[in-house]
Amino acid sequence: MTNESDGGVPATQPVGADLDAPAQTPPSPDKGMFGVKGTGDVSGFGGLARRRPTTADTARPFGGYFDEVHDALEEAYPGFADAIEKVVVDRGELTLHIKAERIAEVCQIMRDDESLRFELCSSVDAVDYLGSDNRRFHVSYQLTSMTYRRRVRLEAAVAEGVSLPSVTSVYPTADWQEREIYDMFGVVFDGHPNLTRILMPDDWEGHPQRKDYPLGGVPVEYKGAEIPPPDQRRVYQ
Amino acid sequence: MTSQTTSGAGYATERETTEGRVFNVTGGDWDTITGGIDPLSNEKIVVNMGPQHPSTHGVLRLVLELEGETVTQVRPVVGYLHTGIEKNLEYRNWTQGTTFVTRMDYLAPLFNETGYCLAVEKLLGITDDITERANTIRVLFMELNRISSHLVWIATTGMELGAISMMLYGFREREYILDIFEETSGLRMNHAYIRPGGVAQDIPDSAVRKIRDFLKYLPKKLKEYEDMLSGQVIWQERTQGVGVLDVTGCLSLGVTGPVLRSAGLAWDLRKTMPYCGYEDYEFDVPTATTADVWGRYLVRMAEIRESLKIVEQALDRLKPGPVMIADKKIAWPAQLAVGVDGMGNSLEHVAKIMGQSMESLIHHFKLVTEGFRVPPGQVYVGIEHPRGELGVHAVSDGGTHPYRVHYRDPSFVNLQAIPAMAEGALLADVIAGGASLDPVMGGCDR
Repeated sequence: MTNESDGGVPATQPVGADLDAPAQTPPSPDKGMFGVKGTGDVSGFGGLARRRPTTADTARPFGGYFDEVHDALEEAYPGFADAIEKVVVDRGELTLHIKAERIAEVCQIMRDDESLRFELCSSVDAVDYLGSDNRRFHVSYQLTSMTYRRRVRLEAAVAEGVSLPSVTSVYPTADWQEREIYDMFGVVFDGHPNLTRILMPDDWEGHPQRKDYPLGGVPVEYKGAEIPPPDQRRVYQ
Repeated sequence: MTSQTTSGAGYATERETTEGRVFNVTGGDWDTITGGIDPLSNEKIVVNMGPQHPSTHGVLRLVLELEGETVTQVRPVVGYLHTGIEKNLEYRNWTQGTTFVTRMDYLAPLFNETGYCLAVEKLLGITDDITERANTIRVLFMELNRISSHLVWIATTGMELGAISMMLYGFREREYILDIFEETSGLRMNHAYIRPGGVAQDIPDSAVRKIRDFLKYLPKKLKEYEDMLSGQVIWQERTQGVGVLDVTGCLSLGVTGPVLRSAGLAWDLRKTMPYCGYEDYEFDVPTATTADVWGRYLVRMAEIRESLKIVEQALDRLKPGPVMIADKKIAWPAQLAVGVDGMGNSLEHVAKIMGQSMESLIHHFKLVTEGFRVPPGQVYVGIEHPRGELGVHAVSDGGTHPYRVHYRDPSFVNLQAIPAMAEGALLADVIAGGASLDPVMGGCDR
């Protein structure tokens, strides 16, 4: 913690300042490396102050093809009322919030039903809403219908440690993308044929895209030496 | 337990491991290996190819299981170029993002930038306020970039299949395009030229002249390439009927772009879900029906010609006007200019903020250091990248930094198709099939 009146000089004494190790200051929860507050910190080591976005239900009519998609899914999918948590139309895009355990079923209907025909799963990725949602990981599926030239986003939220069904049996293309989500967020997909890390090394610890995973906050390892992460090195202020 | 022995007079060493016998082979040691192996009792060989290999089209690793020369199983291993760009984006302001995303797919930087900027603009709700000239320049540059990317494809694929001269020719022509980019943005690659709200600076007349010259120059060269390759028996044998992936396979594996079009489906986001005013340009979507490497070659060559058509139309449309949005709360305040020592801040702008207007300095400082705020929400934007659909999923929490940006990079998704193309085929066809996907590992691993 730094005292504001003394021009950003750390109030706590650096620890570990002996001959061999670089001086270390415990990372401060609310300040950046250089005493920066608010959003100006571009070093990333101080973490960022985050707002808590909320999304509200959109009332009907949704406009465009959104009503058609919504109704077609309702007709084709018996569990519709139970599975759909929220419908959001924002910036010309339709997002259907689906209960996580139903996501594979819904994808199956979205792909196969004649009036939906979302043949292509363009993208699967996740967002970590740490602090603003108890089910912090939102996995979104961007579906594209080539027949009707439509796009829809399905979103499924899971809490930490809760898994959701894999959609690889419906959209095999989700294979690597689900692996990436597992790698980056630690979200587990049940029924995935080979859920291993894909971008990070196999023996990596932690999931880098989580909001509580620091940027650059891992020690730099060399053979026979280890340099502490930047936020724990000597602070120049 | 492993024991290491040197077999015969060769240099290859072999070890017995719990998994079986493992050979370390370098250079021309294959004879010492194959000489000592009974092909009947050792049918299955696992070969690791890459990540450093001249034919893997980048830092891609393939683990191949072979029976003789036939591939029974392929496992692509990616991630060697992962640089955490998506994570870094969350710690920079929205404008700084273009500098990061341009480094993802380094052969198509302007597409990365455009996809990102379209997403930011959609979040801001200013898509319709982008000036006509900015949109035209974006289209112009994206198409030039598409040509340069396809030229690298023909160059590297030619090299991988033994047509070494194509390597030199492809890169030679690409250099002309990079010169045009350098003339305009100051950089050959990684331009950060397309910015939220427009483009970083106007295109100079000298660059327009260069593009006009290039339009006359390239068709002759394309003809030369085709004279060299299309009738070539080796090229035909190496590409025809190789790496087949039909429409069903493409769609289930999410493969888009030239590979999907080579299977016969004319799906091109520039036509089906237009952006940046593509609906006003006249061009065709080339397709083939062979669904093989040959078809992808034909499609890409035809696409270069279509891109030339678009470039020509874009040049004709280039009317004088602003290249940055009028809204001063978003528009980047600084302007670049070419000075005697290269590209730098415009002296006029520096003189204004440092000498004349305190308000301009404050405005400049606020916008450059802190950036603008983007209303909370999420968008997904898909654009037609040289390799397929490039998707940008951007989430804002209302702040000056992205909350999350995810790139659906076509190289990443398309690479999943290598096993489907290569299993059951010959080892040499793995190279041809993989090359026909045109993966760029910088984009794949991000």
